[in-house]
Amino acid sequence: MGAGYLALQIFNGLVSGAYFALLSLGLAIIFGMMRIVNFAHGAMYMLGAFGAYLAAKYLGLPFWWALVLAPVAVGLLGALFERTLIRRLMPLDPLYNLLLTFGLALVIEDFMKLFFGTQGTPYAMPAGLSGVIDLGITVYPIYRLAVIAISTLVCLAVWFAIEKTPLGAKIRAATENPQLTEAFGIDVSRLTTFVFAFGVGLAGLAGVLAAPTTNVTPVMGSDIIITTFAVVVIGGMGSIKGSIFTGFIVGIIAALGAVLYPPIANTLIFLLMAAVLIVRPTGLFGAPEGQR
Amino acid sequence: MKRAVVAIGAFVLCTSMTAAMPAPAGAENPVIIAVVNDQSKVYADLSGQGTVAAVHMAVEDYGGAVLGRSIKVLSVDHQNDPALGANKAHELYEQDHVDAIFDVPTSSVALAVAGVAGADHKILFVTTGGTDALNMGQCNKYTFHYGYDTYALAQNTGKLITEQGGKRWYMITANYAFGQSMLANFSNAVKSAGGEVIHNDMVPFPNTDFSSYLINAQAMNPQVIGLMNAGDDTVNAMKQINEFGIKKRMEVGIGLLFESDIAALGPDYWSGSTITVGSYWNLDDKTRAWAARYKKRTGKMPTWVMMGNYSAVTQYLDAVARAKTDDADAVVKQLEGYKFEDVFARHAYIRAQDHLLIHDMYVAKIKPASQVKEPYDFLQIVKTVPGEDSYRPLSAVTCHL
Repeated sequence: MGAGYLALQIFNGLVSGAYFALLSLGLAIIFGMMRIVNFAHGAMYMLGAFGAYLAAKYLGLPFWWALVLAPVAVGLLGALFERTLIRRLMPLDPLYNLLLTFGLALVIEDFMKLFFGTQGTPYAMPAGLSGVIDLGITVYPIYRLAVIAISTLVCLAVWFAIEKTPLGAKIRAATENPQLTEAFGIDVSRLTTFVFAFGVGLAGLAGVLAAPTTNVTPVMGSDIIITTFAVVVIGGMGSIKGSIFTGFIVGIIAALGAVLYPPIANTLIFLLMAAVLIVRPTGLFGAPEGQR
Repeated sequence: MKRAVVAIGAFVLCTSMTAAMPAPAGAENPVIIAVVNDQSKVYADLSGQGTVAAVHMAVEDYGGAVLGRSIKVLSVDHQNDPALGANKAHELYEQDHVDAIFDVPTSSVALAVAGVAGADHKILFVTTGGTDALNMGQCNKYTFHYGYDTYALAQNTGKLITEQGGKRWYMITANYAFGQSMLANFSNAVKSAGGEVIHNDMVPFPNTDFSSYLINAQAMNPQVIGLMNAGDDTVNAMKQINEFGIKKRMEVGIGLLFESDIAALGPDYWSGSTITVGSYWNLDDKTRAWAARYKKRTGKMPTWVMMGNYSAVTQYLDAVARAKTDDADAVVKQLEGYKFEDVFARHAYIRAQDHLLIHDMYVAKIKPASQVKEPYDFLQIVKTVPGEDSYRPLSAVTCHL
């Protein structure tokens, strides 16, 4: 096992990490603002992939259009859920919204099964990205390079927007103290809807990116969501930096597990989660409540 | 809002109750059969409700009655969970007075349900579950393995690819009962044909990302990548094999495949690969006529295991008629050694020693999309292999019923 080979496997782990990073980033933004663990996140990821499929099949739209439109559509659906359902449970214990979003995930998944079954629907590789490049040890798909580029760009842009822009300042303020922020004339209610829509939109984006490489099926969301929750816990609930960083790290760990001893590939992530919870219960990047 | 939630809740409760409602005993005393399979997860489309429809079709074609008693069909979703499958099976046999259970995909669940059938002394036909442990180490008097097994897949697909020059195999195995059984049988078949297995990855089941294994495989430069998995795992692996451009440079040995898997990606992702099937809707006039009737009924084309379940139910009802009772021991006696032909099973008999259906198997090549003339017209049958050459020879059977 040469160093070049190991480097390639680690790089490939970054690519699967790119999906985890996008998904957990969305979860972290939503949790940070609303204190809601969005169990419907996996379903939104699945809807993003189906959005790409439907856009191609019925509107003839290529991948690049889907990459923009499907996350927006998923975001709008998220806004609808936030306005009509989630908002009503906000004053109650967060457990109620946890149950609600869990229920939503089941309903959305079964609804899609009614129309598409479970076998999956064909979604081809976008024409311009379908080739491979020769890396010596092995050839590598160009598409995966695009995935890591897009995901990294989006993650950095989101981090920048939240940490460095006026809109981000408002969001951080509303996270810190909603009443006071409202007193300054900022519409916190609308901001909350926007944040939820944006968070699930990121899940939709991850879904579109996954469509050319995984089977597009209604169950694809429930497959990935458990690992994503592990990422969020390891990174620290609600931490933007933590979710991005941990997303990529978990991708690498899963890849190395698969190389060294495949049966443990999935378990490794949860072992790491257990270890982190013992040593740092608030996660690698999480600060205790009140100190963020 | 609250009312809507309550209404949905009530609806869900009602539907789940009707699925498990006990049969009204006494008055009518019907013969009751049940389908136990995956109706909501990864194997739902290759069997699932499609099999339930095929079973209803078999009952109607039989006249809806046997021994002058009506035939009732129940169905239960086992969600690919062995514990749930075993509990449901026991409930069906003991509380709902079910005479026979059919289908049971997912080998781990099939083995659990077979254990229940053996303990409850009730009949089970495993059609979609593939592990050969069902007819070997974990066989029992009341369990019949009907349609295919991992040995027959390896004996045909594995041997043929190796004989045609694919000597060095890199295996990607789903780490559960089915995958393990596939790996053992394919390894034997490859070796006996002069090939070797250079590496195996025991991949957690289910799995969606196979890229690490595919990179590893390329570095080892095998001639064949063997997919010892099924359903969604196989589909995801194949999608990524195409993405990595591997299909152009190596053969892909697909252990088990159904028409629904091919449809999930479209035939071009699979074209050129060799697979083994227990039957196929486009085999001859008989199968085409059956598939046309099935399509008229469901709006969909059948997979080959749905046809297998139709056949299993038909043969079971026929055995009840011959036995003149639905008593399990009497029916088992009628089934053992029985020779027959039907739409699914050709030159067929149920081997008395291990309750395995011995019948013709078919080696097929998957066509590219350009040659596909109608929906589900995916396969070109290249060879019909007699049952004796496909299944484990009697001399190697270790089952003690």
